[in-house]
Amino acid sequence: MSAPASLSEPVFPPLAIHPELVKRILVGFIRNEVRKVGFERVVLGLSGGVDSSLVATLATEALGPRNVLAVVMPYRTSDPKSRNDALQVVQQLGIEQLEIDISPQIDAYFERFPAADQKRRGNKMARERMTILYDQSFASRGLVIGTSNKTELLLGYGTIYGDMASAINPIGDLYKTQVWQLADAAGVPTAIVQKAPSADLWAGQSDETELGFQYRMIDQLLYYLVDHRYSIDELKRLGFAEAFVEDIIRRVRDNQYKRRLPVIAKLSSRTIDRDFRYPRDWGH
Amino acid sequence: MNADGRLTVGLAQIDPALGDRDRNLERHREWVGQATAAGANLLVFPELSLTGYFLKDLVPDSAIRLDDPIMGELAGLSTKLDVVLGAVVEDPDHRYFNASLYFSHGELVHLHRKVYLPTYGMFDEQRYFAPGDRFRSFKTGFGRTGILVCEDIWHLSSAYILSLEGVDMIICPSSSPGRGITTDERLGTAESYNLVCRTYAQFLTTFFLYCNRVGFEDGANFWGGSMVIGPNGDIIAQQEDADEALVLASLDLAQVRRERLANPLLRDERLELTINELRRVLHERTRKPF
Repeated sequence: MSAPASLSEPVFPPLAIHPELVKRILVGFIRNEVRKVGFERVVLGLSGGVDSSLVATLATEALGPRNVLAVVMPYRTSDPKSRNDALQVVQQLGIEQLEIDISPQIDAYFERFPAADQKRRGNKMARERMTILYDQSFASRGLVIGTSNKTELLLGYGTIYGDMASAINPIGDLYKTQVWQLADAAGVPTAIVQKAPSADLWAGQSDETELGFQYRMIDQLLYYLVDHRYSIDELKRLGFAEAFVEDIIRRVRDNQYKRRLPVIAKLSSRTIDRDFRYPRDWGH
Repeated sequence: MNADGRLTVGLAQIDPALGDRDRNLERHREWVGQATAAGANLLVFPELSLTGYFLKDLVPDSAIRLDDPIMGELAGLSTKLDVVLGAVVEDPDHRYFNASLYFSHGELVHLHRKVYLPTYGMFDEQRYFAPGDRFRSFKTGFGRTGILVCEDIWHLSSAYILSLEGVDMIICPSSSPGRGITTDERLGTAESYNLVCRTYAQFLTTFFLYCNRVGFEDGANFWGGSMVIGPNGDIIAQQEDADEALVLASLDLAQVRRERLANPLLRDERLELTINELRRVLHERTRKPF
């Protein structure tokens, strides 16, 4: 696989950010979007990975540690190190924490479907965690804050109505390599920033192995393709391999449905989200 | 204007509530009170300050008509100082405009309907608004002034027309969402506006007041950065961050005369040549076979 010149550099220069500026905007975003709809608190699933650790850090700065509830939801095959990393973040930030082992309900369900593969089980776990977060949201009057980054959202590397579900998402416009920069500057423990990204549905799982490419490479391509609308020919001229470009474009296209509300059959003169268009922040 | 030929201007860098006209009117009263106490002669509010920006289908519900009783309340804000504010204005033929209104001594002096409605990227204004059809300057107690709303300034001709009308000051109310992250400590949008506003002030040798809003709507952040620029292009006052703020500046109005003596760009402008050339361009465009 060929790549543009800069893979040897720690950060692809166009994706380098000014962390203080980005942090200030995202902290303001959380504070504003949570409070103006009448909430003070947020609830998030804390996996021990860099994305949720960063969101917990930003939410803590925005709302204070007592207004952040981190729910740690391991399954029996999750890497125990992930749980330890999550608890380290909880301790460092001084936030509220709730631990719920999701093994009993997952195992009870799959007793009826013992042949289910890992992917199906992984999706079920992601949705189980979502239902717990929304229940805790109701119980503790906190908005569910999302932790999906732009790379995942574009590639569809997430479970619809699972980890992709949230009320607000502060990091959905940051590529993974930008999340790393911001997390590092925001004080997320270095071991968490530097560990190999993993959905942690089973021990040893790796995002980059599953995706087939390194995040640094994918983010560079997405930067040109999505942010600057380069054509396939222009991308090839930059040095990206054609197969790589086509694979990423296909993933972005095939997962478009995950980024949208369900398609509604058009009948009336004003259909929700098509010609009935109101801002979410209506009256706030 | 004060006896010493100076004018104190205020920029109300506020965070309007989306689609809540009553609450925003109340906030306008508070800011007018603050600016009056600070000695301001002119107070500028951002684009759509009475309604918020990303209104979508709330546009008709948020609109005012020039014969509405609320017009009396808005005019009443200007008894002690001149006030520029932003509102959705519905014409009698039920077209809705993104408008900026200038009030002085309890009267509406000027109304500018935004001409250039951005409809690309994150913007969708032409879906909801009708475009204005003119750029006109008007007389104030401290000289000739013109208003350009946000996207209007991204078209060179708009400021050029006002300049040839002889304005001493251009007022630009804005609701500019911040975007473009790099290693720079400012957003790309902030850099661009600083460049454009300063360029206009220096090229047209006029004071330039840029008032941007702050806050968030549906996840978009408004970056503030409101600034007062002198006719030599220097920034006289600026609120660098995105917090609510009253930006105050004392202007020496005679600076325009001195600047135009030093740089007689306006004197040397060839209006007739420009019109002739534009007419030729138009003629040639319309004669293209396909």
